[in-house]
Amino acid sequence: MDFSISEEQSMLADSVSRFIKNDYDFERRQKIAASADGFSMELWRTFAELGWTAVPFSEEDGGLGGGPIELMLMMEQFGRGLVVEPFLANVVLAGGVLRRVADAGQKSRWLTPMIEGNLQIALAFAEPQGRFNIADLKTTATINGEGFVLNGSKTCVLNGGSAELLIIPARTSGEQAAEEGITLFAIAADSSGIVRRPYATVDAHQAADITLRDVKIDAGAILGTVGEGFATFQEAVDEATLAVCAEAIGIMRTMHDKTVEYSKNRVQFGVPIGSFQALQHRMVDTLMACEQSQSLMMWAVMLNAADDADRQQAVSAIKYQIGTAGINVAREGVQIHGGMGVTWELDIAHYFKRLTAIDLLFGNADFHLDRYIRCSS
Amino acid sequence: MNVNLTDDEIAFRDEVREFFAEKYPADLRQKQDEGVTLDREDTIRWQKLLNDRGWFAVNWPEEYGGTGWSSIQKYIFANEMAAVNAPIIVPFGVSMVAPVIYTFGSEEQKQRFLPDILASNVWWCQGYSEPGSGSDLASLKTKAERDGDHYIVNGTKTWTTLGHLADWIFCLVRTSSDVARRQEGISFLLIDMTTPGVSVKPIITIEGSREVNEVHFDNVHVPLENLVGEEGKGWTYGKVLLQHERTNTAGVARSKYRLDDLKQKAAQSIHDAAPLINDRNFARKIAVIEIELKALEYTDLRTLAAVATGKAPGPESSILKIKGTEIQQSLDALFVEAAGYYALPFVPEQYVVDFPEEDRIGHGLETRTSLRYFNNRKATIYAGSNEIQKNIIAKHVLGL
Repeated sequence: MDFSISEEQSMLADSVSRFIKNDYDFERRQKIAASADGFSMELWRTFAELGWTAVPFSEEDGGLGGGPIELMLMMEQFGRGLVVEPFLANVVLAGGVLRRVADAGQKSRWLTPMIEGNLQIALAFAEPQGRFNIADLKTTATINGEGFVLNGSKTCVLNGGSAELLIIPARTSGEQAAEEGITLFAIAADSSGIVRRPYATVDAHQAADITLRDVKIDAGAILGTVGEGFATFQEAVDEATLAVCAEAIGIMRTMHDKTVEYSKNRVQFGVPIGSFQALQHRMVDTLMACEQSQSLMMWAVMLNAADDADRQQAVSAIKYQIGTAGINVAREGVQIHGGMGVTWELDIAHYFKRLTAIDLLFGNADFHLDRYIRCSS
Repeated sequence: MNVNLTDDEIAFRDEVREFFAEKYPADLRQKQDEGVTLDREDTIRWQKLLNDRGWFAVNWPEEYGGTGWSSIQKYIFANEMAAVNAPIIVPFGVSMVAPVIYTFGSEEQKQRFLPDILASNVWWCQGYSEPGSGSDLASLKTKAERDGDHYIVNGTKTWTTLGHLADWIFCLVRTSSDVARRQEGISFLLIDMTTPGVSVKPIITIEGSREVNEVHFDNVHVPLENLVGEEGKGWTYGKVLLQHERTNTAGVARSKYRLDDLKQKAAQSIHDAAPLINDRNFARKIAVIEIELKALEYTDLRTLAAVATGKAPGPESSILKIKGTEIQQSLDALFVEAAGYYALPFVPEQYVVDFPEEDRIGHGLETRTSLRYFNNRKATIYAGSNEIQKNIIAKHVLGL
């Protein structure tokens, strides 16, 4: 058992951390978030030049051969910087699907340009009626000669507005919530019949609602095997769940540190408010929540589970933790900052909003506690 | 980062497992599994068995007869020991006073006390708290005044766990009141319980048993050579000891065993009822504790890894104490919940060896659950209450 990270891993974490410190202060982040795209395409290309977009892919695919530990280290730093660039959507979600099931031709058409920073992709992981159950799909793909016709609606498609390529899970057979009968398709976002309604989310990230009406696609759009897309889909979403949990830990640590610092400087009744025991104990609670969350995260990324249920259970455990203890860290951070904590001006409010969004992404605490129980039986 | 055991560690685990399978006496196992309190002889026999194998002083340096194990070996050992529901090691000698003696004591004290602790020939207890000094330990009043080659000790210590079984007591005593900080006038003194003037009175705890005591000192003559380290430095030594005590109180391995036990019981049909695990509320409560416990296990391992690189257990060990005891108490409460009405009968006479099954009220240890629950409310109070732990973290970790 070894909790230390390798030199390469440490260099990767340092490079992201340096970027946040030198090139991504809160003021700049706010400007970027308020821009037309909601993120900086220029910085995105920098991410690609630095090799960050290549991290989780095999060397064969033009990647750096990283895994969950590398992703954790990067995401934690992205959390600290409240980075809005669509790393999760492109690299973890869409990239996660492509690296698992795309054939060589598909990889060179889509994965390679994505890694190079020249193609924006989104995975449509949610439908309006499905809540957090990704198998609940009403979007249908019916056979049409050599290809398919797609009909349905997707919601909260991260990076859905900027994406040039959409990965659409659709039902080719089976009941509405069945895991069997799901097929993954890669479709140009400007295909006829696709209507996108992009919006910013409360945490200043970008998403879109998408409707598909008689969208005609050819057989080359199929990713993997027809009817057997669910396992890949779920693995990619689980990987993204783990990634946002790491991001959340970066946010929690930052909020905790900033709150402790604030309490040492904010004077009321003639003394720093950090001298009040009622507040001290709450900040100890938030410290413990950070440590316990970090511990679960390490367990989850180190777990080389042979068994799918074990792997999913670890993901659900950490997601539950973030949705409960993590959210509490954020709420306490706002509370102890007092009125300033609820102003647009202060970064604390924006950390809080991102953590709130992370709780909802890919299933909240209740959803994951139930999934955790299902995995153990 | 990786979580896998090495081949050597796996071999070590198997060796430990084999030892427990062969050497853990069946009568002790029966007592443990039937909820019978072990007596003094049982405990000593068990500790001697461990020491015969060289596995008693897990944390001591090798030069004094310790194992010299890595932190991961200690972790494996604790897990294997808990997994067979082995008796706990009474910590006061081996885990508490011994580290103070080998760290701060004289050569003569090491030779005099450590071998008997190792062999469980001498039973130690702890004299810290006083009737007027609980959380505010530095306010302690038990006085040790120099008189020639002796101290004369007067005062009262309380909450002395298993003091009625003990041969020796280690005490924090006040050797000077003329100091700038109260902490500076405190010394660490070793006292033979058979010395005239020492008396032990029972305190019956909430569940009706004798576990703790009041220890009175009435003009007790203690030789000067029983002072550990320097006079007036006892507070510093005591704090080191408390940090050892706190890492030990995380109790992760025991809680894992108890959680497994609870899950097994909840999955069975008891009294012809549907298995409790089918109850969604109960299943969720178990899941929440399981997640908390997994987190604590890794927090514990991270602390051990830090200690392995040469750091002493620091104020972070307070986190282990707080979380560890909270989890223990959550488990206690779930056992009571699982027992339902059978947590109500107060039948301590049942917890003896070979109590006739036909006379037993309740299934297995159901009626024992509430006693344990009541008794273990102490966990968040002892070794520095959890609120005191939070004060320590606030001051020394957060810098508030």
